[in-house]
Amino acid sequence: MTLIDLANPTRFLKLTARILPWLAGLTAVLLLIGLYQAAMAPDDYQQGATVKIMFVHVPNAWLAMFVWGVMSLAALGTLVWRHPLADVAAKAAAPIGAAFTFLALVTGSLWGRPMWGTYWEWDARLTSVLILFLMYLGLIALWRAVEDPSRAARAAAILTLVGALNLPIIKFSVDWWNTLHQPASVMRMGGSSLDRAFLIPLLVMAVAFSLLFVTLHLAAMRNEILRRRVRSLQLMQVAQASQRSA
Amino acid sequence: MSLGPYASFITISYVLVAAVVLILIGWVAIDYRRQKARLRELEASGVTRRSGRGVADTR
Amino acid sequence: MTALSALIRRDIQIALRVGGGALIGVLFFLTVVVLMPFALGPDLALLSRLGPAILWLGALLASLLTLDRLFMADHEDGSLDLIVMSRTPLELACAAKALAHWLAAGLPLIVATPALGLLLNLDATATSAVALTLLAGTPALTFTGMIGAALAVTLHRGGLLLAVLVLPLSIPVLIFGVAASQAAITEQLPFGTPFSILCALSLVSLVIGPFAAAASLRHGLD
Repeated sequence: MTLIDLANPTRFLKLTARILPWLAGLTAVLLLIGLYQAAMAPDDYQQGATVKIMFVHVPNAWLAMFVWGVMSLAALGTLVWRHPLADVAAKAAAPIGAAFTFLALVTGSLWGRPMWGTYWEWDARLTSVLILFLMYLGLIALWRAVEDPSRAARAAAILTLVGALNLPIIKFSVDWWNTLHQPASVMRMGGSSLDRAFLIPLLVMAVAFSLLFVTLHLAAMRNEILRRRVRSLQLMQVAQASQRSA
Repeated sequence: MSLGPYASFITISYVLVAAVVLILIGWVAIDYRRQKARLRELEASGVTRRSGRGVADTR
Repeated sequence: MTALSALIRRDIQIALRVGGGALIGVLFFLTVVVLMPFALGPDLALLSRLGPAILWLGALLASLLTLDRLFMADHEDGSLDLIVMSRTPLELACAAKALAHWLAAGLPLIVATPALGLLLNLDATATSAVALTLLAGTPALTFTGMIGAALAVTLHRGGLLLAVLVLPLSIPVLIFGVAASQAAITEQLPFGTPFSILCALSLVSLVIGPFAAAASLRHGLD
């Protein structure tokens, strides 16, 4: 089935009705496995048991960026190829991405308290995620500010792409700003030199959360398609009513 | 499983993640039901789609 | 070419008239800088240490405020539709408007900087450093801000949304602008590094801004 087949909303709804239960089930299973592995993971010699927060923080932080990437692809779909479901995909992803970003911030803050002694630290990573959160909220505000969904889609698409271009610049700037103002080194949170005892639960949780996103996203897209049907029917209802009374 | 001196931080993190995930799932489910209900109402009041198919038709 | 220069001249003239954006921007800049000591306390040493940051923040907020005039007035009287439909490429028209806006609203901020630097107890090096970085950085603020202005043009009360959209995009400019000013003052770090990045940001925005703004206008106005 090609992307073009998926362009038909009804066919898309058919497909989601079939695979959503399986995706949901698989997500639940993986989440449970991940939780079990996180519980069983050993304590880090430096951080103690608080390393377990990493297993929920890192997947959310990674998803925060990944979802913006998905929205950027959808934005290209809207602007360049005018794929009919691109709008729907973009709009449905935004609140979910914002939620993951929020979780990344909160879990990062809770992880930071034992490590740095403060709930908030203007380090490069947390600050970049905070700016990303602001961008998500601005994007959602833009979606809601324009009445017509297809016009909102085009404005949101441009903002998403500009944001995507800007994210590396912001990351670089904040990194630079941080080294300027904090000569003391901040503990490296989970580099690639992670011990296998920590890496495996982390990867399982990462996959589980990604599947969670896919499930939620498809379900939200289905809802958005139905919402647009409702809207067009309401408009038709008004039109038919005014025709009858005319 | 001893969670050490910062046990509350760890539990709060996991609980918060679980709460937000449940809220997301809840939002998606409730929205679905609401849209379906509206579609049913609209069909009951006689509005038809251009293609003539049922409004709540997902088949 | 003449179409574009006519556009620039027209925009500058409108901005300089009463009710135009130019001088109100400077007034706002002045107000913000005057407000700071009331919050921070009159300690001159503290103010001179924070001086470059205060000036940059004031300039950022002032340019943000005048940004929604960029397209709003033209949209209201219909001339924006004419500009979109004319033969000159919309990207160039947007660039011309942004240039006019910077000349009318951005340059006065830079001219006002020495006077405001005095209020914050900044010495001559500090003030000229800030003025120079503002000169290099305000084009970036205007040209990226233009994207937000174009996105928000069709919204009725788009002003605050515009600010929310534009601010994350201006963070890099703020970081490097203040860093460059500080570098010139304290010399802990070569001035060239942040300054050249600042210039790079402005140059990039000179290209991306008009393209994104033109795309927004086209999509938003049909």
